[in-house]
Amino acid sequence: MKPDGDVVQLSLTVNGDAVTVGVRPERTLAEVLRYDLGLTGTKQGCDEGDCGACTVLVDGRTVLACLTLALEVDGARVETVEGLARGPSLHPLQEAFVRHGAAQCGFCTPGILASARALLASEATPTREAIAEAISGNLCRCTGYTKIVDAIEDAATRMRDEGTR
Amino acid sequence: MTVVGTRQPRVDAADRVTGRTRFADDLTFAGMLCGRIVRSPHAHARIVRIDTVRARALPGVHAVITGADMPVRYGILPWTQDEYPLAVDRALYVGDGVAAVAAVDEATAGRAAALVDIVWEVLPHVLDPSEALAPGAPKVNDVAKDGNVTKHVELAFGDVDGALARSDVVVDGEYEFPGSTHAALEPHCAIGIWEPSGVLTVYTATQVPHYVHRELSRVLGVPADRVRVVQPPVGGAFGGKSEPFDLEFCAAKLAMVTGRPVKILYTREEVFYSHRGRHPMRMHFRVGATRDGKLTACAARTLIDGGAYASFGLVTAYYAGQLVTAPLALRAYRFEATRVYTNKPACGPKRGHGSVQPRFAFEVSIDKIAEKLSLDPIELRRRNLLPADARTVNEFAVRSNGFAECLRRVEEASGWKEKFRKLPFGRGVGVAGSFYISGTNYPIYPNDMPQSAVQLKLDRSGRVTVFAGTSEIGQGSDAMLALVVCEELGVEPASVRVVTGDTDLTPVDLGAYSSRVTMMAGNACLKAARGLADRVREAVAKRWECAAGDVLLAAGYATLRENAGRRVALAEAFRWAEADGGTLGTTGCYHAPKDVHGAYRGGTIGASPAYSFTAHVAEVVVDTETGAVRVEHIWVAHDCGRALNPVIVEGQMEGGAYMGFAEALFEEHGFHPSGLHRGPSLLDYKLPTSLDVPGISSLIVESRDPEGPYGAKEVGEGPLHPSIPAIANAIHAAVGVRIDSLPFTPARVLRALASKNRC
Repeated sequence: MKPDGDVVQLSLTVNGDAVTVGVRPERTLAEVLRYDLGLTGTKQGCDEGDCGACTVLVDGRTVLACLTLALEVDGARVETVEGLARGPSLHPLQEAFVRHGAAQCGFCTPGILASARALLASEATPTREAIAEAISGNLCRCTGYTKIVDAIEDAATRMRDEGTR
Repeated sequence: MTVVGTRQPRVDAADRVTGRTRFADDLTFAGMLCGRIVRSPHAHARIVRIDTVRARALPGVHAVITGADMPVRYGILPWTQDEYPLAVDRALYVGDGVAAVAAVDEATAGRAAALVDIVWEVLPHVLDPSEALAPGAPKVNDVAKDGNVTKHVELAFGDVDGALARSDVVVDGEYEFPGSTHAALEPHCAIGIWEPSGVLTVYTATQVPHYVHRELSRVLGVPADRVRVVQPPVGGAFGGKSEPFDLEFCAAKLAMVTGRPVKILYTREEVFYSHRGRHPMRMHFRVGATRDGKLTACAARTLIDGGAYASFGLVTAYYAGQLVTAPLALRAYRFEATRVYTNKPACGPKRGHGSVQPRFAFEVSIDKIAEKLSLDPIELRRRNLLPADARTVNEFAVRSNGFAECLRRVEEASGWKEKFRKLPFGRGVGVAGSFYISGTNYPIYPNDMPQSAVQLKLDRSGRVTVFAGTSEIGQGSDAMLALVVCEELGVEPASVRVVTGDTDLTPVDLGAYSSRVTMMAGNACLKAARGLADRVREAVAKRWECAAGDVLLAAGYATLRENAGRRVALAEAFRWAEADGGTLGTTGCYHAPKDVHGAYRGGTIGASPAYSFTAHVAEVVVDTETGAVRVEHIWVAHDCGRALNPVIVEGQMEGGAYMGFAEALFEEHGFHPSGLHRGPSLLDYKLPTSLDVPGISSLIVESRDPEGPYGAKEVGEGPLHPSIPAIANAIHAAVGVRIDSLPFTPARVLRALASKNRC
């Protein structure tokens, strides 16, 4: 693929909204989200797929947005941290992160929330080991992960109790 | 106390979990250009010629600048200003900035950077600090007065040689600590904005907006009153953003040249090369004791590899010796530390600045003494405790001291008595302790002004706004300020706005480093809030015809003491106070005690208003076939004076213990002989994932300190220190080998086991 290729129309659903943007073929999903759509909640800690801060959901599966070409997700359903809250209220995962102090600097948090959301969608009662496994592609430098695992475990419990995922 | 000590969500927590926190790179401005710094490919080379013609000619390029555009030296410490924003005549390490471009987008900036033509004369370089001290070594930094020495320190307290000669047991050890880096998840980022009126604004991911403000003004020749530094929330720092960096000068200068906003975001590789991380140290420690386990003396000699620039290195050289003199009492102590320039990225402060390395050497020495004396290492420590309200051998005044309680807590929680020397071969527990400063009594540039100040504005809606120069870097300082306001004025957290880190809007705070913020900004905020609370109480008392002291402000109301039925909403009370005395605002500031330190040269360095204490027990499993060490659990007890918000305190304890654990087993900031970094990425530089980390139990100890706000002391850095020696000592307990060089990799463990088996 040559750099500076022609602009191509890209259509996708982002947090429930249908959007169309013109992108060059080398544009990554992370760049489209951050620069073209202004959704800066998705972070770039390395831009080479090592840190996991750019993790988002594409059709319910976690992907690294910095390693995903935007055109690969044409027609897909993309969910970012901006789409996690339930209208005016926080999602139970977000509430648990607040309650447990699981976000310190918060730079890794959007990516970790994406990984956690994918986990809880497929496993309502994850063990702490399963939680650790699910977020093992997300580096956090502040917490030592303890409170993050606590928060996800707590959120899982509450979501089971309220019967939603 | 109604708020202090309760588990509270941080005031900024909701923003952080919804993606609404705007870090520096999340900001954009109309017409913004992308900047990129051209860096040296050589570890040491003279710039013969720079030709920017081809770069400038590229469509989309707006400016190219070089060292000649900013030929003013800067440096975080006024005594060692030894670097240029862009190299003027020589590049001193691979990655040293040489030129910078501004272009319409990232791709164009990258292409323009490659078109800057530089003719180099490659010079001999030196990477090893011992070699840098040898006669005939290449001179690294022109500013050094004595060869390649940044700073040499020698201090002695008491008759060290006599005490060692009279000791029943003396342990000698050589310890090697390689460099490690901060690896905060957010890369450094700065945006310069120039207004034709002559005002320069720089948004930057920094821990020290005040120092950046000073240096931008001085280096760029813009009067300080026309420079504004804004520090958005920072995505982790750990000491890695605590001095000015080349990108701040370059973004500012490029904005001044082009008239357009210019953003520079480091690549992850640039973050590794910019570094300022933990100094590599080679340490010789000699520690003596009597046969009943009383420490007699310690003599330390340390060679510190500083990299190409001084950074905070003058302080590092002192900290490398000054900060091992508690929690165990030493009766005689001597240290010698030499920080040396080498052609590598400059080292600086990383969480536990200067003292994590000697703490490793010292606590392992203590473990070796306990082994020789057949004493339990916790018991050995108990026989040598520095009491509260005491002076260390180097004359630091320690007031509150909860170390004995820290030891008791980790001993109990870990099941130490059932485990130490009782676990099967391959499994072991180790212990270590430490202390740390809560800020320093003296600022890093001499001045008589407060080290921190807070302004409060209270308005008739019932809202309180806190203005503070503090830097929210993830540690929770905004939440700490809000907590103080809630405690003193009785407002709910939702009624508090916190405005921080903006030199136009907030009074000066010196920055988020040396674990100073809760002590200093907390005290400043406490004073300001109490001043306002007095005015509100007086206004209420006037109307209720009672004494001001009988009015309580809590939970959103002013209430009459002993008659809870008599109350008024705080917003109404604020209106009364505003009607009585005019607009409601106060200030508060903090000066650390200036007369509390040793009278010797260097005695002020490490002198702190209060000291925190920490003890760790680590439990490890060592696989003798692979050499792999698994840390199963770390019990951390930390005396933070008072846990203002236990959730945040635990978070700091866990994060600190994790970071020490990471350095113990994984991290190494290594270089090829050419001066190239061995792995400047978050994949090659080994960081623990959620699958690697131990369980961590945080045990909060509170020995309320008379100087701290509500008795609080630091928690940001202390809890890191004992991780490494506790793990080292646990490995010894597990398999009987001492590994005195970090990190404890499988290869090192296997080598140690092999050499033990040969003996």
